[in-house]
Amino acid sequence: MERTALLGRLTWQLGEVVATHQETARTKSLTLSVPRWAGHLAGQHVDIRLTAEDGYQAERSYSIASPPEDGQQIVLTIERLDDGEVSPYLADELRVGDKLELRGPIGGYFVWEERLGGPLLLIAGGSGIVPLMAMIRHCRAVGSTIPTRLLVSSRTYEDIIYRDELERLVGTDMTLEVIHTLTRAQPPGWTGYSRRIDAELLRGIAWPVEQHPLAYICGPTPFVETAATDLLPLGYEPTRIKTERFGPTGGS
Amino acid sequence: MDDTTLDGNAAGGILREVFPFELTIAEETCAHCGATRTVGELTVYKSAMGTVMRCPTCEQVLMRIVSTRGRYWLDMQGVRVLQIITEL
Repeated sequence: MERTALLGRLTWQLGEVVATHQETARTKSLTLSVPRWAGHLAGQHVDIRLTAEDGYQAERSYSIASPPEDGQQIVLTIERLDDGEVSPYLADELRVGDKLELRGPIGGYFVWEERLGGPLLLIAGGSGIVPLMAMIRHCRAVGSTIPTRLLVSSRTYEDIIYRDELERLVGTDMTLEVIHTLTRAQPPGWTGYSRRIDAELLRGIAWPVEQHPLAYICGPTPFVETAATDLLPLGYEPTRIKTERFGPTGGS
Repeated sequence: MDDTTLDGNAAGGILREVFPFELTIAEETCAHCGATRTVGELTVYKSAMGTVMRCPTCEQVLMRIVSTRGRYWLDMQGVRVLQIITEL
């Protein structure tokens, strides 16, 4: 079925914080109730706008972590940047019942729907996992049987965002595999990878190109560059590698 | 390309202010090198001065968007062709 691509005017609307959840020491999830939410696709983001008393405005983009199936509620997972203009407010100050100005959903490039197929290779650097989690949660919500491999690069075990949920999902969902690498410190007995991603690591976990895989890479800019470049010699078609760069967040 | 580089996804919001279509899936042809790329793939820099999009192939500026009070400035001298997808 063809869908028209003509969109209504993108307007700012208010979302109300209905729940918060501390994911790691540096990341927090906010569940927002957005009465006029038009629905989204896994991988899309919203713009958040804060206005100071003197009228100064700051805008940032945040990926949506929740699946499209959640209706009028969306979840954003915010990484707190110490020198950030927006994230410290979102992570430290916002309380349940507070309202937030946002607009979206935005983006059509870094999105996944079941009709796009797979198998899926999802590669996350730090909080780059957020839009990929929306894809995993979407798979789960629609009962997708598309095989999915998620590679997560985090600094330490405690920095792994959605760690418990991923563990639960892997235990119950045979189509999902999660591979961790910890770049800064590893707990005793760690059996996962212990280094920054490189060509050899990717060769070990990437789907064979004959399976026509679809890759999504999200994280800090240098992380995304490395991962995307290292997939090419494995035969991955550039058009089947989708990337989203965060800029200077660190955390890989 | 340094750590502050973003990509076309980050320009999706301001592009949607100007265009009634999802522009991150549009394709543009660079006036400098002729490469055709999806907007989501472009190299993007954002600052208080506006949003600058560069060609990932030749690094030349494709498009600049500045939003001021009551006005958008679009400098598109680096874009030879912009193909907007109207049916998904």
